[in-house]
Amino acid sequence: MADVAIERNAAPRTGRKRASLRTALKRKSTAAFLMTLPLILLILLLVIYPAFYSLHLATLNKSMQRFIGLGNFQFLFKRETFWLVVEQSCIFAITAVVFKALIGFIVAHFVHNIPAKGQRKWRGMLLVPWVIPPAMSTLAWLWLFDPSYSAFNYLLAGIGIDRIPWTGETGWARFSVILVNIWFGAPFFMIMYLASLKSVPDQLYEAAAIDGANWWQRIWYVTLPMMRNIIAITTLFSLIVTFANFDIVRILTAGGPLDRTHMFATWAFRIGIEGGDIPLGASVSLFMVPILAIAAVFILRDINKRGNES
Amino acid sequence: MADVTLRKVVKKYDDVEAVRGIDLDIADHEFVVLVGPSGCGKSTTLRMIAGLEDITDGDIMIGGDVVNDVPPKDRDIAMVFQNYALYPHMTVAENMSFGLRLKRYPKAEIKTRIDEAARMLDIVELVDRKPKQLSGGQRQRVAMGRAIVRNPKVFLFDEPLSNLDAKLRVQMRIEIKKVHQKVRTTTVYVTHDQVEAMTLADRVVVMNHGRIEQIGTPNELYHNPATKFVASFIGSPAMNFIPCRLEESGGKLHVRITDRLAFPLPPARAARYQGVSRTDKLLLGLRPEHITEASPHPETGVENFDATLDVTEPMGMETLIYFALEGTQVCGRVNPNAGAQDGAPLRLAVDLNNMHLLNEVSGAVI
Amino acid sequence: MTSTVVIDKAAPTRPVKLRSMSRDRTWALRWSYFFLTLFAVFALVPPLYMVITSLKTSAEISAATNPWWVYHPTLSNYVELLTSNQFLTFFRNSALVSIFVVTITMLISVPAAFALARMRFWGSATLATGVFLTYLIPETLLFLPLFKMFVAFGDLTGIQLINKWYVLLVIYPTLTVPFCTWIMIGYFASIPKELDEAAIIDGASWFQTLTRIFIPVALPGLIAATIFAFTVSWAQFLYPLVFTTSTDQLVLPVGIVTTLIKGDVFAWGQIMTGALLGAAPPLIIYAFLMDYYIAGLTAGATKG
Repeated sequence: MADVAIERNAAPRTGRKRASLRTALKRKSTAAFLMTLPLILLILLLVIYPAFYSLHLATLNKSMQRFIGLGNFQFLFKRETFWLVVEQSCIFAITAVVFKALIGFIVAHFVHNIPAKGQRKWRGMLLVPWVIPPAMSTLAWLWLFDPSYSAFNYLLAGIGIDRIPWTGETGWARFSVILVNIWFGAPFFMIMYLASLKSVPDQLYEAAAIDGANWWQRIWYVTLPMMRNIIAITTLFSLIVTFANFDIVRILTAGGPLDRTHMFATWAFRIGIEGGDIPLGASVSLFMVPILAIAAVFILRDINKRGNES
Repeated sequence: MADVTLRKVVKKYDDVEAVRGIDLDIADHEFVVLVGPSGCGKSTTLRMIAGLEDITDGDIMIGGDVVNDVPPKDRDIAMVFQNYALYPHMTVAENMSFGLRLKRYPKAEIKTRIDEAARMLDIVELVDRKPKQLSGGQRQRVAMGRAIVRNPKVFLFDEPLSNLDAKLRVQMRIEIKKVHQKVRTTTVYVTHDQVEAMTLADRVVVMNHGRIEQIGTPNELYHNPATKFVASFIGSPAMNFIPCRLEESGGKLHVRITDRLAFPLPPARAARYQGVSRTDKLLLGLRPEHITEASPHPETGVENFDATLDVTEPMGMETLIYFALEGTQVCGRVNPNAGAQDGAPLRLAVDLNNMHLLNEVSGAVI
Repeated sequence: MTSTVVIDKAAPTRPVKLRSMSRDRTWALRWSYFFLTLFAVFALVPPLYMVITSLKTSAEISAATNPWWVYHPTLSNYVELLTSNQFLTFFRNSALVSIFVVTITMLISVPAAFALARMRFWGSATLATGVFLTYLIPETLLFLPLFKMFVAFGDLTGIQLINKWYVLLVIYPTLTVPFCTWIMIGYFASIPKELDEAAIIDGASWFQTLTRIFIPVALPGLIAATIFAFTVSWAQFLYPLVFTTSTDQLVLPVGIVTTLIKGDVFAWGQIMTGALLGAAPPLIIYAFLMDYYIAGLTAGATKG
């Protein structure tokens, strides 16, 4: 009763008596609209419009003067590189997200396990990869992976392992970009899980312990169900940004060797900006939409569900 | 200071009527308590007086002026909220002076008013603290202080004590009464706690389902409830309602409860109920204190009977007893020395001079 | 008397049990620290290696010595970069862009969040959801149409925004505003309704309620949002790479990648130094405002 918004109750009524109040309400509604207007304009002009504009662009030829319908897509389907990009994008996103989620979960448990006094310090150190701008940290990895001066290879040589072509060979290059992405993204999972672990009431663990649950059963029957929501939403978030990754691949391999590590984003950049074929580049980047849409639907469902519960 | 008048005030949320046309006259200096179960419309009524909700129909007047379309800040009212609603980033003094500062009162004036209110509420040493550093009772005092410094025409309280523990609640209740005795500001106070209503109010307004059931002083409501709702809502333990009917036997009017149990009515009551149909289904309303242990020399209108007790609850100064009459559980209050024991029979007395007779269908007190 | 006997009997068994439990606990702790150290090494090796390399001369970098050790530490890389006009221009551009974007973001999202959290109006619920969805759209989907739009805008009006650092002031808010609005809605919505009602009764206008009650009360959220907007603007790589090309218009990440990396291989000392300096502002903010930083990070998914 108390939380019903005032302005919703502008019940239509006849008579001049209400007039001033109704104008006041209208004024407030107008003020609210004006306060959100910059936001609305920003979203309409710089997000919604370009999104649809890119649909339009994808139907044009390279010089953007002729409508060619689905010509760009037909062209893409015939190119081997396109299918490589699809394959690599899926491998990259799925592998990286799975490992980020796993490592984040494990590390969060270890941090949660140690005395509260020291947690801050460890959490602080472990989140550093997420804080450094990825373009900057990837440069460090690039240098660590350097073909002739790789500091990793120096260590490996110490235990008698041959030098590894970190970014020079398809398999290793794919491994490297995924490794850097895991390094960058796992801390995010860790911090989300840690926040969620802290919100599980201790009584639940105590009750489980009294019921005779061992360590593993406590995780399986108490921790995981309590964290299910946060795991789902973090994974979906991460799936989107990982699938759309640009910085790491661009700096580490620039798509090479032989386009084997290109993602949709880096290939679209190569074609659209470096190759000057904006319509074809736009067509490539549009292939990110389905996965985005699926993830967005799941996230929205979760948010609506939580909204209804509260 | 001013009187407050509500004329046929209606509040609809979409199609749901929360308040269904209430009339209420609150005199200057009066302390009126709106009481009722949750969802009865009492809070909505208060918020309409405050101007936090617009009214769907009717008029609200403060000090003789219709304020239907006047925004809250121009109604010259102050409100104390259930969760205190203190501004967490301001000190106690800043909290109390916020309204005055917005109205650009001179600094010296603000200071005098804060000092005065702080002294009245005994929070002088707290004025530089933040709300977080205060206990529940202290926050409550600050919230009242914020209302007092404004020196408004009307104080509005929205269940201000319901977040406090039982002991503190009693203490703050007395505090509120003291403040009202000092400042004499017209006060409208909302609560769901009938004890608060009884102890604080000059007049109590009992509300139910968006309507006013009865308006009266605490004693009027207690002794002469107008409806079954009021009778059952006011008083603890609640009034007993025993199904019964009236019958004529031996030239006297009796209230018959079971085949074997009927009480003759005392003359005053008999005269009052003479016109009631003998076939109507009725309820005999009896407060627990009017069902006691039998005395050897009963007064007129006090009738003895036997009952087998189900449960007894010794309270110290009295013992509550529970027994069944025709399937209805009945509560009585007996002397702790009367020998009441679980499962044991006891001779009881019922004081019919204080009985109520209600129509079972309409709930009206006859 | 009996009670003492019972305690005496229990005494020998209890310490044993306690000891075994605490031994389990100790081992669990040791394993935790062991693995945490392992993960911390994994997390900190790249930044540490940046520091190591940044302290080396080109000669030492190209020498076949242990790359994990600095034999002749020098600050020459730092001196060189911090006296180079080009690098300072990158830094200035980055700083200007980030500060302006933070300001613009707050000016747009705080009033919008207030309106969406408190002053419900037609379509406000849809708009709140829309804001969140916008946050999910990655920049890699929009850079081509946006680039084309700004080219067309230049052709149409004669105002050439491409290859000017301030074009980023128009584009970055698409990355910062939705998220900041979203978390500010969460913070504002968590303020009890009675607080604004108390303010209304105290005579505050809607604007005063926002500036004198909501903003101070939601200050932690505001700080978290500011940090988010700053770090996102500072770290953004794709948009400046697409929209700016002249060296005097570049921001730090793009400047380092495009100008330093092309030179001779042994500029690695400078590259690492530049990368480190580029990472410094977010790291410093993180070091001092870690709790706000983390609050902003977790707010996006846990609020709402």
